[in-house]
Amino acid sequence: MTTTIERPEVITPEELGGPEGHHPDALHGDADHGHHEGPSGILNWLTSTDHKVIGKSYMITSLVTFFIAGIMAVVIRAQLLDPHTSLVSYQTYNELFTMHGSLMLYLFAGPFAFGGLANYIVPLQVGAPDMAFPRLNALSYWLYLGGVITMLSGFLVAGGAASFGWVSYAPLSNATNSPGAGADLWLMALALTGFSAIFTGVNLVATILYLRAPGMTMFRVPIFSWNMLVTAILILIAFPVLFAAVVMLFCDRHFGTHIFSVEGGGSPVLWQHLFWFFGHPEVYILALPYFGMVTDILPVFSRKPVFGYKGMVFATMSIAALSTGVWAHHMFTTGVVLLPFFSLLSYLIAVPTGIKFFNWIGTMWRGQLSFQSPMLFSIGFLLIFLVGGVTGVLLASPPVDFMTHDTYFVVAHFHNVLIGTAVFGGFAGFYFWYPKMFGRMLREGLGKLHFWFLFIGFWVTFMPQYLLGLHGMPRRVASYAPDTGWTTLNVISTLGTYVIGFSFLFFLINLMVSWRKPVPSGPNPWDGHGLEWFTSSPPPHHNYTHLPPIRSERPTWDYNHPEHRTVVHKPKGKKFAAPNKGDKETVGAPS
Amino acid sequence: MATALTWVDATAHRPLLSTSNYMSSPASVIAVNAPSTDPTDPSQHRVSGMRRGWITALIVGAPLVLAGCNAYPSYGADPGATKQGSDTFKLYSGMMTTGIVIGGFVAVLILWTVVRYRRRSDEMPKQFHENLPIEILYTAVPVIIVGFLFFFTVLTENNVDATQPVNATVTSTGRPVVDITVTAFQWGWRFDYTGLNVGVVGETTNGPNNKGPQMVVPAGETIQITLVSNDTVHGFYLRDFNFSRYAQPGVTNIFDLNVLHTGTYDGQCTQFCGLYHSEMLFSIRSVTPSAFESWASAEVTAGHTLQGSPSGAGNIPPPNTRTTPANAGPSVASSATPKQKASA
Repeated sequence: MTTTIERPEVITPEELGGPEGHHPDALHGDADHGHHEGPSGILNWLTSTDHKVIGKSYMITSLVTFFIAGIMAVVIRAQLLDPHTSLVSYQTYNELFTMHGSLMLYLFAGPFAFGGLANYIVPLQVGAPDMAFPRLNALSYWLYLGGVITMLSGFLVAGGAASFGWVSYAPLSNATNSPGAGADLWLMALALTGFSAIFTGVNLVATILYLRAPGMTMFRVPIFSWNMLVTAILILIAFPVLFAAVVMLFCDRHFGTHIFSVEGGGSPVLWQHLFWFFGHPEVYILALPYFGMVTDILPVFSRKPVFGYKGMVFATMSIAALSTGVWAHHMFTTGVVLLPFFSLLSYLIAVPTGIKFFNWIGTMWRGQLSFQSPMLFSIGFLLIFLVGGVTGVLLASPPVDFMTHDTYFVVAHFHNVLIGTAVFGGFAGFYFWYPKMFGRMLREGLGKLHFWFLFIGFWVTFMPQYLLGLHGMPRRVASYAPDTGWTTLNVISTLGTYVIGFSFLFFLINLMVSWRKPVPSGPNPWDGHGLEWFTSSPPPHHNYTHLPPIRSERPTWDYNHPEHRTVVHKPKGKKFAAPNKGDKETVGAPS
Repeated sequence: MATALTWVDATAHRPLLSTSNYMSSPASVIAVNAPSTDPTDPSQHRVSGMRRGWITALIVGAPLVLAGCNAYPSYGADPGATKQGSDTFKLYSGMMTTGIVIGGFVAVLILWTVVRYRRRSDEMPKQFHENLPIEILYTAVPVIIVGFLFFFTVLTENNVDATQPVNATVTSTGRPVVDITVTAFQWGWRFDYTGLNVGVVGETTNGPNNKGPQMVVPAGETIQITLVSNDTVHGFYLRDFNFSRYAQPGVTNIFDLNVLHTGTYDGQCTQFCGLYHSEMLFSIRSVTPSAFESWASAEVTAGHTLQGSPSGAGNIPPPNTRTTPANAGPSVASSATPKQKASA
């Protein structure tokens, strides 16, 4: 990536013989293996700085992490099948839920979005040849992979993996209470993946701000890329704080600094402040990319433009801004935070989130909806995240938080949010962009089976957990008394987990079938909107040899359906008046 | 404090948070306005009319049905065995009703849209992408709704968090407020009745069937808890009280509880605190004030004083010394009486 990259020329339908005759592959022939120099095979994978290779590596690594953490979830649920189940020891159980949370939150949900799908899709969507800093991008991935290996290696050391929960509250995480090397490995893994996230954040900001194709103004950037820009800024706000906290905790553990211990004049509550100052923006770092994916998917399968594009952008920004001021709602029961302020800001997040919901509905409204796998997962996201959002509003109220804090009510709430976003949103995005990444389709039948088993399994697993929480079952318990009356609900919940686990078999079979018997996807199997659907699948080395005119957030659609073009920016004497229906096509290469 | 209490009393029979008061009108505005994007299509008018009526009926009807059954449906929660807990319960119930109505409205809207606009032909839909009045409406209405929720939250929070000065306040039975220092430790609880010279301690690593130490309190009186931790962060939580608070090193939390009736209420540590977190149980037994007095004097006689052995202050085992879990015999020198089922 040392040479400068030539801008692809802008082409018009006329030059291609009109939209009917257009096929991007016709232009650049063997696009897959165009002018890509360098090694191939495993060596390519190890040395590549191509955002598409790194994106795929990220995705594969994070999906493996997801399956490992998912298997841990099944063991956790099996342990709670009945009060006295002793499938695993207390110590193992504590390690399992700690690693389940850590892997899912730090190493799957975030990296899958901003390292995997965003890495692959954002440069394509904004018309860039690669990420802004390709080598930094490669470094990001290798740091991340190091983080995954470091964290998992906790299971191999004496004393086992970290067992203080994914939040690692001081003083439980200090050298006295958690003496093992597993805790240190956990901290190291966070430091590694933290830097990986920061580098990816820098890369995304630079790419989206500076590498957009001609005509791709900020208000023509697809919502997924917009959300990734805001996510990247949140990463730059939150992850340095986490890294600082991790370093402080490491010093407490090994160098006697007493930053988080009362004995040396430190403050355990400080850890909670630092952690949640990272932790709450982190929730939106995990959610916003998936909001973006769904916002890109719904219009395609409704055959309409996204409803309220600018409202979506401003809602994303509001969510991000508010998310930096609500961390202490995780600390209502500490009794040391100003409750009304954090409560009010937390409530207010419901407003931009509500805007998003109505915009999603508005996008589908009066559309022509078809229900391929990406759309099904997106609708699943809407319904599941809705329940997570409503219960989130309840938890913004300190008294309601007092009654439900650290119970299964909260467990159910954040699984509603995180499975809604990272799993349903994430797999919507995966099914949607898989043809672009691999040039082959996934099977619809298997995708639908995956969806329905996952969707039903989800409700069976987590709705009982709301009730369990309201009936007083605390989170992170390895056993419970039989006379508590929690057994039946736990059994239902565990059976639901098995259904969820089962659903992923369809996913794996689907991958296998598509690999063994590929069905070529062509460049644009869904009649997609974004620029990414204009190039071949998979795209050539530097993504584009030709670009369509970009006059809205869906240039490929405009190109393929000139009579149904988006009229986003009404002519008001502005620079680039969007052509109205029936207008003569004008060559558009706005500078 | 006085005004806050008045609010609770005044609203005891008035469902302030019932959604029929303020929810139905803004929500139905959305329903009425939403479908009116294409006024030129006559067939759409008929459908919109039906749709409008149906959705309006749902929005107005659902809270009425809910409110008709019970002003404060429980939604799985306990109505609250303390004064504070019942305030919290009412807030929870009202917010849950609001949430179910709004969430239900949005869910129905999503499902309806999905079914109604499923692809039935290859006809290209109208490519509209904005409707500013509706967008402003669904920005403004949620602001108003969360404003209401926040208002009731603050009122309830003030009640739940209100504390009375221990020495200056005399309860209805003519005794100062019972002042109990609760110390959480790995893995158990100690209850020190400072004014009565009674100390109760219990370790709870004896399997889940051991209910842990028991705190005895007078029913109908204000008791004040001073909550501290000896090692890690713990959570003092009672399901029937709808309340939890962290016990943390370096932080002293003070709160009041008014247990309304006699009964036994199970509690448990909710903040993960290490190996035997699951077994860190306790209970609170609420008895009549006279029974409480005789219990306290019996405890003193039995030697369960603040300094007395084996259950007094200073007898907390140091952290991380225990290695064996459930099979160890009861190391509890608690004054706990046999458990009773909670009778709220």
